[in-house]
Amino acid sequence: MSYGERVKALVIGCGRVGSNVALQLAEEGWEVTGVDEKEEALTRLGENWRGGFVLGHGMDVDVLREAGIEDADAVVVATNGDNTNLVVAQVAMKRFDNQCVVVRILDPARADFYRTLGLRTISPTKTAISELLDAARACEIPAREPVST
Amino acid sequence: MYVLIAGGGKIGANLARSLLRDGHGHEVTLIEQRRDRYERLEHEFEHQVQLGDATEIHVLDRAGIARPPDVVVAVTGDDEDNLIICQLAREKYGVEKVVARVNDPRNQAHFDLLGISATVSATASIMALIEHEVPEHDLIHLLELRKENLEIVELQIERNSPAAGKRVAGLRLPEGTRLISVMRQGRSELAEDSTVIRPGDQVLAVLEPGKEDELRKMLLAT
Repeated sequence: MSYGERVKALVIGCGRVGSNVALQLAEEGWEVTGVDEKEEALTRLGENWRGGFVLGHGMDVDVLREAGIEDADAVVVATNGDNTNLVVAQVAMKRFDNQCVVVRILDPARADFYRTLGLRTISPTKTAISELLDAARACEIPAREPVST
Repeated sequence: MYVLIAGGGKIGANLARSLLRDGHGHEVTLIEQRRDRYERLEHEFEHQVQLGDATEIHVLDRAGIARPPDVVVAVTGDDEDNLIICQLAREKYGVEKVVARVNDPRNQAHFDLLGISATVSATASIMALIEHEVPEHDLIHLLELRKENLEIVELQIERNSPAAGKRVAGLRLPEGTRLISVMRQGRSELAEDSTVIRPGDQVLAVLEPGKEDELRKMLLAT
């Protein structure tokens, strides 16, 4: 793949989740730009970060434009606010006509509802619940002594 | 009328108080997520205030959003929250009327994009008043009627304006614009065909969005 044809991705919210998504996509050869309102986010991306970074809030359309939302192939929305994520994701889809928008929503109820509206919501809470359930069920529970009467 | 109010700050609390005032006979539920604020509100509003995050579906359910309310008012200090509350109310529960507070006027476009109207922004309203009181421009936006897709503007007529000295009937106004009134020396009168525009007049006009430049060129030539 030549340099100019790399897939462009925007990662809005570079906390623990977003920064790792950004790093992984960059590792896979994507052209990634991170957006975060805190400068500390850059430390999470590491000093070898070669992708772009825009300091600012995802609700700010100028920030999104500067980060290249207009020709991004994929947008990952992962700030720590569910409602911020829901608004930013809809702005990316409806205003900037982005076809691939994935959005982290902690609250399973809102994640489910907005999925019915066409958003690709990912709920880490739901994943945690199901994995914890699986892990609990997989425990080897020793057979109980019969209760003597 | 049943009104659900999200956000028990000054605006939400005063709104609830006004709606409950004797004689109105309205039913109100106020939702506030900060415990300290909730406890203070509970003294006054008792069972009519509930503790919780109004962007959470189970909180809205408990507040009776499924009835549904006649109006849902989202007046928290967070625009994201106000947007999502209104969107849930409308799209999930079929609430017909929603009213949202816009804290940061830069977020107005997001409300418009997601079809949330009516919106109220104190900052934008005060800015409009400042512009009206201390005009820096020859054309001031006074009011946007989003639903009607019309706006009302005020124009300041100067000595060298092409409209000065002409009768309204003699003006060739751009399509999609109309003059409403003429204010002269503190007195306002409706703009009739026979009204003559004078230098110093403030003229109110109603127009379709995007017609400002044509109207300005015609009346002011700037």
